[in-house]
Amino acid sequence: MERSTLDLWVGLFVCAGIGALLVLALKVGNMNGFSAADTYQVKAQFDNIGGLKVRAPVKSAGVVVGRVTGVQFDNTRFRAEVTMSIDKRYQFPTDTSASILTSGLLGEQYVGLEAGGDEAMLKNGDSITLTQSAVVLEKMISQFLYNKAAEGNTSK
Amino acid sequence: MATENLVEISGVSYAYGKGRPVLTDINMTIPRGKVVAIMGISGSGKTTLLRLIGGVLKPTHGQVKVDGQLTNELDSEGLYRLRRRMGLLFQFGALFTDLSIFDNVAFQMREHTNLPESMIRDLVMMKLQAVGLRGAHQLTPSELSGGMARRAALARAIALDPTLIMYDEPFTGLDPISLGVIANLVRRLNDALDTTSIVVTHDVQEALDIVDYVYYLSEGVMVAHGTPDEIRAARDPRVHQFVWGEMDGPVAFRYPSRDFRAEVGLV
Amino acid sequence: MFNRGGIVNIRHVGHHAIDSVLRLGYATRFIALTLLHSGTSFRRPRLIVRELYFSGVLSLIIILVSGLFVGMVLGFQGFHTLQTYGSESALGVLVALSLVRELGPVVAALLFASRAGSAMTAEIGLMKATEQLSAMEMMAVDPIARVVAPRFWAGVISMPLLAALFSAMGVFGGYLVGVVLIGVDEGSFWSQMQNAVDFREDILNGVIKSCVFGVAITWIALFEGYDAPPTAEGVSGATTRTVVTSSLVILGLDFILTSFMFRGV
Repeated sequence: MERSTLDLWVGLFVCAGIGALLVLALKVGNMNGFSAADTYQVKAQFDNIGGLKVRAPVKSAGVVVGRVTGVQFDNTRFRAEVTMSIDKRYQFPTDTSASILTSGLLGEQYVGLEAGGDEAMLKNGDSITLTQSAVVLEKMISQFLYNKAAEGNTSK
Repeated sequence: MATENLVEISGVSYAYGKGRPVLTDINMTIPRGKVVAIMGISGSGKTTLLRLIGGVLKPTHGQVKVDGQLTNELDSEGLYRLRRRMGLLFQFGALFTDLSIFDNVAFQMREHTNLPESMIRDLVMMKLQAVGLRGAHQLTPSELSGGMARRAALARAIALDPTLIMYDEPFTGLDPISLGVIANLVRRLNDALDTTSIVVTHDVQEALDIVDYVYYLSEGVMVAHGTPDEIRAARDPRVHQFVWGEMDGPVAFRYPSRDFRAEVGLV
Repeated sequence: MFNRGGIVNIRHVGHHAIDSVLRLGYATRFIALTLLHSGTSFRRPRLIVRELYFSGVLSLIIILVSGLFVGMVLGFQGFHTLQTYGSESALGVLVALSLVRELGPVVAALLFASRAGSAMTAEIGLMKATEQLSAMEMMAVDPIARVVAPRFWAGVISMPLLAALFSAMGVFGGYLVGVVLIGVDEGSFWSQMQNAVDFREDILNGVIKSCVFGVAITWIALFEGYDAPPTAEGVSGATTRTVVTSSLVILGLDFILTSFMFRGV
């Protein structure tokens, strides 16, 4: 086989292969991993984080603004401490509240931030004080039954 | 400091692993500029001898000295340097089947030298001219006849003008014309290139016509040696049977078996 | 292994086991030598380019066609199953994740082993049987550096590229069946897929898998060829062993890698 033809085919092959990799990376997957330099860390404590996992999204108004980077147990206050990396482009007031929500009815859990009204903004290492824990299904059901029972009693 | 003998083999024995020895106490000298034949029936250890000279195998006893250097003292670098000065024509050629004959002959030049392609082309053409295949240079080994392939392999063996050329059964399976061609080339190239040649063969008539000296091996032992005339006149029954192609002799015609009449039920 | 009584001869089993261990040691020494002598391949990339053609380019057709078919089947089967849960729009997710995480690397590797791996084994085995490797040694050219190493690197480079091509064709096949043929919504097909397939977790892990498979297959193929008995039966046995051993090793490695990579997700 001619050397130049061989080179041509091999070149095409390697290009096609790299092209396929790029197609997979860009069109099939998503590459929004925030690099560490563009983020600042914020902590929040919850009574119950439910099914929240590391790398879960942090959203505000439905838009992804950061990622959960760590989940620890605070042994003095017996609460879960969640560390989040927020994109530096987005600043939040210090009285922002963080809740653990579920996308859809049975989807994965994420942290939702609702901005407060304070003038001072959260800095790297700050903690969010207003938090709302995840809704645990069993507690909700028992709550519902208890309410129902109470209702039944009062109506009598 | 050039010694008179290119190859000196003293007291060499070799065995593969712990089995029966293939060679026992061989003593041989190959003088410079001569064509020497090593003959014997199949399995007498001739090819093993070539491997020992080429440094592929190391003797279990004794020493092999090639151009003043002991093969078992050489490291792999030294061995490779030694082999660059040797040419070996394998049985059936062993040409690289995916390359044309041109590329086959050019192979060593491209691997071991930094010569420009134009010079390599001229050298390859010269070698192919010497064996009469210059016009076929772009053919691949599968497109050649047996005789032509053997000649191409010969051209490859002499590509770097080696000091020692070894031929492993060069006449096997060739038609009479190709036989004559190869035999002629062996002699002529040896004299023209001023090299030394060792021919391992059991083709008696062709070999005795072209060589200067003969060593005869039988079952790994050197049984006889001498000039072609001396070998033809040898009295040793083993040599005699070999040279004259006698049907029965030291190498028995019948495979060991029990009595024939008992076998067919006559007794 | 079985004597006349039909009982397994324990001595033979032990013998085979020790043989396998010895062979594995020899194979390890072989691959170490190949890596050590790779300098020639890198100094003369032409050698690798030539082998890339024979193992990579010539495998393209089978990889692309198989990828397309696998993707299309995934489209059909996936739709059929998801329909019972009313989640047809998740078809893109199903097809993409199955391919990128598992089917792409594994099936492409199996196909590569059968096509390119067996070809490598046969080629080297034949070179050994016709004494071409000995001839090279006698010409002071190291056959491992000249013949084995370029094929090794060509195999290692080809494998991830082929796996990526397989996955890409598969996604396209799934798209053809799901969106074009059956009528799943195009927008949700792609958007759900992009949401669910993560570059680092899924695609990168798939690429790592295919690299590991590439090393394993090429190692096995080259070793079997190099170690084959120099006869016709020897070479044919070696090619069979290449395909069988490679396939088992791929599936085994896949299990090990998957359990590491997809543990917590």
